[in-house]
Amino acid sequence: MSDAWVIVLAVGIGTMVIKAAGPVLLGGRPLPERVQHVVALLAPALLAALVATAALSTGNQLVLDARMIGLGAAALAILLRAPILAVVIIGALSAGVARLVGVG
Amino acid sequence: MDSPPPIRFELRRGAVTAIPLAIAVGLFGVSFGVLSVSTVGIGALPAIVMSAATFAGSAQFAVASVVAGGGQPIAAIAAALLLNARYLPIGVSVARFMPGGRLGRFIQAQLVVDESWAIAAEGDGRFDAHRLIGAGIVLWLAWVVGTVVGVAGGEALGDPAALGLDAAFPALFLALLVQQLASRRAVVVAALGATIAIALVPFAPPGVPIIAAAGAALIGLVKR
Repeated sequence: MSDAWVIVLAVGIGTMVIKAAGPVLLGGRPLPERVQHVVALLAPALLAALVATAALSTGNQLVLDARMIGLGAAALAILLRAPILAVVIIGALSAGVARLVGVG
Repeated sequence: MDSPPPIRFELRRGAVTAIPLAIAVGLFGVSFGVLSVSTVGIGALPAIVMSAATFAGSAQFAVASVVAGGGQPIAAIAAALLLNARYLPIGVSVARFMPGGRLGRFIQAQLVVDESWAIAAEGDGRFDAHRLIGAGIVLWLAWVVGTVVGVAGGEALGDPAALGLDAAFPALFLALLVQQLASRRAVVVAALGATIAIALVPFAPPGVPIIAAAGAALIGLVKR
């Protein structure tokens, strides 16, 4: 089986189990408070790490290139309350244009 | 006395309420499809199956980003499941309101995403399960159809780096991150997570810095 299918199966089954755990196994019983607090912070921790690595890393190297220009443009679009798809397109286009003119 | 609204009414109400959101979700699915086949080695069919089975945008984009960065499958899987851990408390919050047996509730639980959950909320801690089902089905269809369209379009695109598609990832994650920064503590955790990841990039295999950043969430154990 290719890596892609291994990932698709594992993420698919794992997510189904996570989503169903409350409704099927726990009923309405709440999670312990400490677990709730940690779980609530996983998404900001991981998304921030994804921003940082997707913008700054190439393999094991930290590089500053056109992706940072894209990220800056995206941040501006977010401040201006652009919808998420517009943010993504603005980020990609800015980086693409920066490369075309030879920056980064 | 008002009788409770019939099931079909709530199903339809959920579906109709979800339509404007479904357009955004569908376009989001298009971008997942495009990135899966152009920048990443996920491939067309696995991308579509992933959208159908996982139905969680940020986790799927995390997979795409880790794979595009040369990470091992286990790193992509761990990053996605850690991101989806937030569906544990979300699932618990709606559990009491889901009718049916275990299989029925298992299927209903798969239709829970941030948007359907919000549509089903009564605002007082209660949820309407039928509205959740109606909204969830519409959003799921939009996500899967969007992915199919994106996969088809992405295969026609040229060099992703020249197009700036690699810069789509940080832009996307930043937009998703901003929605998660509701408390000062979340801001601190995000800053720490990014710092951990950057510090590890030169030393750890790709993908591992992202998973290590999850450790920042342990700040949640500290009493406020």
